[in-house]
Amino acid sequence: MAAFERKFTLQVPSSTENLALIRDFVTSVGRHAKLAEDDINKLELAVDEACANVIEHAYGHDATKEVIVRAIYDPDVLRVSVIDEGHGFDPTQVKQETLPQLIHEHASGGLGLRLIKSLMDDVSYEFTPGQKNELHMTKKIRKE
Amino acid sequence: MPNPFALNTSQQDDVSVITLEGFVDAHTAPQFENAIQQAVDAGRIRIVVNCEKLNYISSAGLGVFMSFIEEVRERGGDIKICGLVPKVKHTFEILGFQDIFEMLDDQPTAVRNFQAA
Repeated sequence: MAAFERKFTLQVPSSTENLALIRDFVTSVGRHAKLAEDDINKLELAVDEACANVIEHAYGHDATKEVIVRAIYDPDVLRVSVIDEGHGFDPTQVKQETLPQLIHEHASGGLGLRLIKSLMDDVSYEFTPGQKNELHMTKKIRKE
Repeated sequence: MPNPFALNTSQQDDVSVITLEGFVDAHTAPQFENAIQQAVDAGRIRIVVNCEKLNYISSAGLGVFMSFIEEVRERGGDIKICGLVPKVKHTFEILGFQDIFEMLDDQPTAVRNFQAA
């Protein structure tokens, strides 16, 4: 374990009304970790997108399920994991269509993942559908 | 937990103005979707979305713009976006919305833009 590593965990019912709570949690952790303000904004949006995906797709709006957000930081990097036990899916299989294609097909699927990849420095997945799915997102802490 | 969101609709000549305030996420986006749906159903297809007081938008809100733009344009209308603050504008730009949607500085400019068309 790194000398100055800090861990925080939030566990909430799987409901979109808790997205505000989740955003408050990660922005608070981002400030503790001394992320730059624009990086906190990116972290907030990326984690919101990841949790909304879990609430809507992995759990199908079943509020008896729970979403876990785990944040760990040291002086160099902040790692956030979004963990669920729902119907996981392979994010690498999401088609990377252009915005005009998505509009034409009346599809907005994959927008959230596209945002997450654009906003974070590194994104990885571990998924075992129905057992445990984890989306790991990393943001480097820029030194002023 | 507060999730501040407000939506107002108004009519300026033949342009429908939908004003968004606060946070549009997966929880609040359905209200935005309903507002656009009501305008479209009523045949009001010249739509300005005023985002001057919008602090945050996620893909759920962006998806609302995407789901109506083709139908509205096919019927001779448009959806124009105005007043984006830099943080929110950045979210739109990550996904390339600036290539699809007209983004104007403020509501008067957006409404005038329709009337000049």
